[in-house]
Amino acid sequence: MIRFLLRRTVSTAAVLLVMSAVVYLVFYAAPHDPAVLVCGKGCDGTRLAVVRHKLGTDLPVWEQYGNFLRGLVAGRTFDSGNDVTRCAAPCLGYSFQTDQPVLQMITQRIPVDLSLTLGAMVIWLLLGVGTGLLSALRRGRLVERALTTLTLAGMATPVFLVGLLVLMLFCASLQWMPFPTYTAFTDDPAQWAANLVLPWFSLALVISAAYARMTRSSLLETLAEDHIRTNRAYGLSERRIVLGHALRGALVPVLTMLAIDVGQILGGAMLTESVFGFDGLGRLLVTSVNQIDLPVVVGATLFAGFFVVIANAAADLLYALADPRVSLA
Amino acid sequence: MSKALTAAQAPGTTPQGGAGPRADRNQVWRRLRADRSAIAALAVVALLVLTAAAAPLVAALEGQDPTTYHNALIDSATGGVPIGPFGGASAVHWLGVEPGTGRDVLARLVYGAQISLSVSLGATVVQIALGVLIGLAAGLGNRLADTVISRSMDLVIAFPSLVFAVALMAVVPSGFPRPLLLMLVIGVLGWGQTARIVRGQVLTLRGLDYVSAARLAGSRRWRVARREILPALAAPVITYGVLQLPLNVAQEAGLSFLGVGVRPPTPSWGQMLSSATNWFQADPAYVLLPAVLLFVTVLAFTVLGEGVRTALDPRAESRLRAGIERRRKKTDAQEVPA
Repeated sequence: MIRFLLRRTVSTAAVLLVMSAVVYLVFYAAPHDPAVLVCGKGCDGTRLAVVRHKLGTDLPVWEQYGNFLRGLVAGRTFDSGNDVTRCAAPCLGYSFQTDQPVLQMITQRIPVDLSLTLGAMVIWLLLGVGTGLLSALRRGRLVERALTTLTLAGMATPVFLVGLLVLMLFCASLQWMPFPTYTAFTDDPAQWAANLVLPWFSLALVISAAYARMTRSSLLETLAEDHIRTNRAYGLSERRIVLGHALRGALVPVLTMLAIDVGQILGGAMLTESVFGFDGLGRLLVTSVNQIDLPVVVGATLFAGFFVVIANAAADLLYALADPRVSLA
Repeated sequence: MSKALTAAQAPGTTPQGGAGPRADRNQVWRRLRADRSAIAALAVVALLVLTAAAAPLVAALEGQDPTTYHNALIDSATGGVPIGPFGGASAVHWLGVEPGTGRDVLARLVYGAQISLSVSLGATVVQIALGVLIGLAAGLGNRLADTVISRSMDLVIAFPSLVFAVALMAVVPSGFPRPLLLMLVIGVLGWGQTARIVRGQVLTLRGLDYVSAARLAGSRRWRVARREILPALAAPVITYGVLQLPLNVAQEAGLSFLGVGVRPPTPSWGQMLSSATNWFQADPAYVLLPAVLLFVTVLAFTVLGEGVRTALDPRAESRLRAGIERRRKKTDAQEVPA
């Protein structure tokens, strides 16, 4: 167990390092000179050189990447002689366009994605697993056909489409609720939940389709296993077999799928945030892309990648813990 | 029953499911034709493709184009709401005009279909080509190559491609043609699943007698890959490609919705939906038209993909019910862009 964790930590760190290098290189190769963007219009040669020196973009790319890595551990100082900007460790970069450390911009927005993910997760699990369970139990009947069709339609709907339609229906036409604006949980829990209901359901509706399919196929596989046949031979009712014996094993792949999805959405639900106008990590990335704020683009991309890599490791761990047939070695 | 049996014993059917190297094309087509929803989906897809291809014709028939502003048709007092019911629909502008600009909605929709279909198709081709090449390299290469490729495959599959696609849009020179860029970005970020499927197939095929025979007869490795293995990959790769199409349609629409897709004035559905967010109350028709079109397109491709999958491998479902299918790997489910 400890060996597994250790190995996984090392490989996770290696993957993160490789990813950061790739991301950094891709953005260094960008035709935009960050100094020009920071310096603004009417910036002459000497002033530009000063800014470039301050940002450190006058150095060769590997030194820049080295500085970036060092900044993560020790913090960075951007110094042009008379004008000093400090970025405390761990420094993920500094956005000179907004005059903030990138990490601070990211951490400010995490609560939005955390709220979005956790609430939606509960709904998509209930909805997805419930649907999958029902269609596995009623296989061959009309219910299953209807559910399969619905699931296909659900998989076919982009999340921003669902978001737009619920906004139009509930907020614009029926006017059952105001257009959502994000309220922090610590400010007002009731408002927080009320504002998140529509985003939660939109996101959950789309994601649950995949869970319904996975639950169904996984349950059908499990039901064909030997220990279930034994249960049948003992004369247990189908209900008891499914709920008491098969479901637990069948949910193992669902669990690993869950870990990965949560990791992905935590890193920014760009479409959902954009539809509902929530200022989360996804919107941060979109805005910084439009403003070509490269340090933020690099930081936000790496952060999203960080969640995914961690989630993958968690998925493997969960898989091994939940399924005794998989060894941790 | 007897029919099912013949299908089951089609020559060369590989144990893990893909229809065999030389699956009977007529048989596949017959099975697809018997699937009513797949045929309906095929009809919808054909209609969409025709409309997109004939976009200039459709616009000419209506007598409109997608970029001309019609300021007389919008109410400047309300900030540009089209005058008249259903988004200002009339005999001149069949589906109304765009709020704020007065541009013709029908013309924008059909030209938008061009972008949507060409980008998603191009992206799928890039994905499949890269996936097959990389999957072959992993399945036929040595252990080190396989490990390195498989690890990067895992990463590419797990990584939210939308995030990287959006980020990449920030660094590509603005002179680069956007539709081509979208194809490449969506394609290059999405080869992981195809590569994984191909690798798995190659590993199985490599152990089959006819492949070993070719090897023992002295064929070189890449000749075996080209002559013996590649043809056998057709069925799973086609299936996966058709299933990938709707995801790419959604991906393009998503990128355009986020404002990093094709540049105005080139119309696209995602862009229309994004601008429609400001006109919920005043002009619901403007939201609904691209929304319905996008939904129908993605649904038609999805249903068609399922049909093709069943037609190429009719026993998959019964195998699943009988419990012969291997437990699927956790990430086999497709990523849903959030």
